[in-house]
Amino acid sequence: MSTSTHDADNHEHGDAGAPAGDKPEGGGELYGVLAEFDSPGALVKGARKVKDAGYADFDCYSPFPVHGIDDAMGIKRTILPVVVFGAGITGTGLGLLMQWWMNSYDWPWNVGGKPTWSIPANIPIAYETTILLSVLTTFFGMWIFNKLPQVWHPFFRLDRFTKASDDGFLLGIEAKDKRFDLDRTTELLKKAGATAVEPCYHDPDPAKKQMPKWIYAFIAATTVMAMIPLALILKARASKSTQPHWHVIADMDFQPKFKSDNAFAAFPDGRANRGEIAGTVSTCSPGSPRPCDHDRHVKSDTAMYQGIEGGEWITGLPRSVEPTAQRLARGKERYDIFCAPCHGFDGKGAGIVPARVQKLGGAWAARDLTDVGAGVVTMPNGQLFNTISNGFATMMGYSSQIPVDDRWSIVLYVRALQRSQNATLDDVPADQRGALR
Amino acid sequence: MSAAEATDTHGHGHGEAEAARQKFSSITRDIAWVAEMPKPPKIWYGLLGVSLLLLGMLVVAVTHLVTTGIGVWGNNNAQGWAWDITNFVFWIGIGHAGTLISAVLYLFRQNWRTSIARSSEAMTIFAVMCAGIFPIIHTGRPWLAWWMIPHPNDMQMWPQFRSPLMWDVFAISTYATTSLLFWYMGMVPDLATFRDRSKSKIKQVIYGIFALGWRGSARQWHRYERAYLILAALSTPLVVSVHSVVSFDFATSQLPGWHTTIFPPYFVAGAIFSGFAMVMTLLVPARYLFNLKHIITDDHIEAMCKITLATGTMVGCAYAIEFFIAWYSGNEFEQFTFINRMLGPYWWAYFIMVSCNLLFPQLFWMRKFRTNPWLIVGVCILVNIGMWFERFVIIVTSLSRAFVPSGWHYFSPTKWDIMTLVGSFGLFFTLFLLFFRYLPVIAMSEVKMVAPEAHAGKDDH
Repeated sequence: MSTSTHDADNHEHGDAGAPAGDKPEGGGELYGVLAEFDSPGALVKGARKVKDAGYADFDCYSPFPVHGIDDAMGIKRTILPVVVFGAGITGTGLGLLMQWWMNSYDWPWNVGGKPTWSIPANIPIAYETTILLSVLTTFFGMWIFNKLPQVWHPFFRLDRFTKASDDGFLLGIEAKDKRFDLDRTTELLKKAGATAVEPCYHDPDPAKKQMPKWIYAFIAATTVMAMIPLALILKARASKSTQPHWHVIADMDFQPKFKSDNAFAAFPDGRANRGEIAGTVSTCSPGSPRPCDHDRHVKSDTAMYQGIEGGEWITGLPRSVEPTAQRLARGKERYDIFCAPCHGFDGKGAGIVPARVQKLGGAWAARDLTDVGAGVVTMPNGQLFNTISNGFATMMGYSSQIPVDDRWSIVLYVRALQRSQNATLDDVPADQRGALR
Repeated sequence: MSAAEATDTHGHGHGEAEAARQKFSSITRDIAWVAEMPKPPKIWYGLLGVSLLLLGMLVVAVTHLVTTGIGVWGNNNAQGWAWDITNFVFWIGIGHAGTLISAVLYLFRQNWRTSIARSSEAMTIFAVMCAGIFPIIHTGRPWLAWWMIPHPNDMQMWPQFRSPLMWDVFAISTYATTSLLFWYMGMVPDLATFRDRSKSKIKQVIYGIFALGWRGSARQWHRYERAYLILAALSTPLVVSVHSVVSFDFATSQLPGWHTTIFPPYFVAGAIFSGFAMVMTLLVPARYLFNLKHIITDDHIEAMCKITLATGTMVGCAYAIEFFIAWYSGNEFEQFTFINRMLGPYWWAYFIMVSCNLLFPQLFWMRKFRTNPWLIVGVCILVNIGMWFERFVIIVTSLSRAFVPSGWHYFSPTKWDIMTLVGSFGLFFTLFLLFFRYLPVIAMSEVKMVAPEAHAGKDDH
């Protein structure tokens, strides 16, 4: 095995004339013969003689590619370059197709209104995919054509064979060749210039003729094990869970803090949210350094802030809301901004939003505020205020957009609209009735 | 077999064949010795220790960066790119000499390349690994780097393929893949030699697996040589495209100092220049250390010095052309940028760049400087420094003085910047030292093939 002790003696091959065909102890089936030549040139000549003798199942083994051996052995040019050319063309095509499909078809990237497909800017990536696919094909194609990896070969059983990777020039003929005959083939090789010829036998143990079974078992086991994470991922994707996603890296979407509806085991009630502690007073309590409106914070005036007094909707107005002409004007202005888009300027529910819905084929209309039968006219003021604040059915609440005071102004204006739309002659002051006739 | 028997069947004497075989086995022995010597030289341990320390520093610096944020670097509002991208371009450039040596010189039948091709290919791969770190960590959220890979996702988004940054992703990953496969494929016959020479069972199994059962058969060699030629032919346009694409990151922007058409060839020349300097920085000491002077010969080193001189001068010409174009363009922003580069707050960086890249390599005109190992290593280290500063000058001086003076900002690195850069050398040298100890450092089969003895015993010899 060792070549570190190589010296001139090693090259005096005393076994050149050894009787060929002597089976080793308990020897197995004959695989072939291995002949050694003493120079690259001798190998080329030997190979030519073997080929001329009509052998086909033979090969030469050398530590470097020997010039002229392909011709001597009659090796045909490999089709690898053709395959690689095909792969290169495919790489260009796939590279362009990928870019077109992803950036122009499936999700057209609009960059300043420029065309979504422009060849020059897509060339660099197509260029790289061309090279990448060609390289992968060259690399793997070469190994596949060479039938490698194959770490098990009968010739590896011969010590002489290790010279093929150092300084030896070997020629092996397989026993399966139809012209093979141990004695005659050995004789031919010697005549062709071999310095040594040696038969090669399979291992007597049939199990060792091939790669050990445990290697296959190992490959199979690792392949199956490698599938496990994938299977778990696929299972997780297909099933539902009440638990939040498991994030390897939380980024800033997940922060170490509790939100009001989170569970938190450290408190007896299990909630992260803490209620008001009994006896809490507003920060704007009398004597506080900051000027503040005590009532706006405590909101003890339920009529003003909820439209409720004594558990009932109020029918009048809160104490602080005066029904003045100025407030009515303010109410009209706010109504025209926030309410009219749906309910219309006259309150009859024919705003621009329902008009648009109907134009698009929908059937929805806003409620008519002035129709006695629709219920808004008879609604207590407090309930009307509550509807403006918190919404009703498809209407959203406006408490975040319209201040409390303005909401009462709107209530006032809605009442005025209802009066005006349902007015009778009796509503007109007596001295002006004549003008209407 | 005696000489008398041999002479009648062989056209040439037994002596010639014997001498050739001894030559081949001595090549095997001398190169394999690097990996087989029972103990490597003490200095190998020393260098590995230092490299591992620096590698540890890189791990600390990157961990701190990732867990804290980009703010630990000196990058500021003006300089979104600073040392991070400087280091990236520096390392990716280093890699290019390896591909040039292994592929381009192969196509030009420059046989002297065989002695240095393997280690320069290894250098390429390790440099690309160092380079690859920076674009990933400079985003601040490196765990999302896979978003660059086009894949169906729940955001319903595809990468923007018309961005030079995506071109970069494709170019660099193709380059890394190709370099690795080319390197490995070239190594398989030598790994088979290691397999056959190994005495310990563990080594036999490990080298055996990676040698894939290589038998050196003529039918295998035939396809192998074809594949090698194809890979060389594919790597050549690839290496040109990679640094061109890297230069597009700058050239396709609107920033004065970046927006120039000379960038692709200028970057490629600079990459080869810096890569050759790095090859020599590594190999000139290594050939002494591991006794490879008769394989990596003085002639080989001299040839590399000449390429360094040529590419360094090309880079110098590019510097001059940039100034000419700035003047010729009549664009005041362009003119200001280049005057600022030379005389502005970073004048010192510009001065280092020009002196290291243009002036010092001129010493290689003299044979004395191409043959003295200390001077060669000295000049090559200066070139490496100069080429790092070239990228720094391009990136930082341009960004620090953009169109609006209110956006001007001076860049100062923090200790984390410095640790990351120095640490990346730790990664590079660690990998290189391990390579030098455990893998075939020189392509034995190729050296044998180009030796005159490869024709022993042939009639036309």
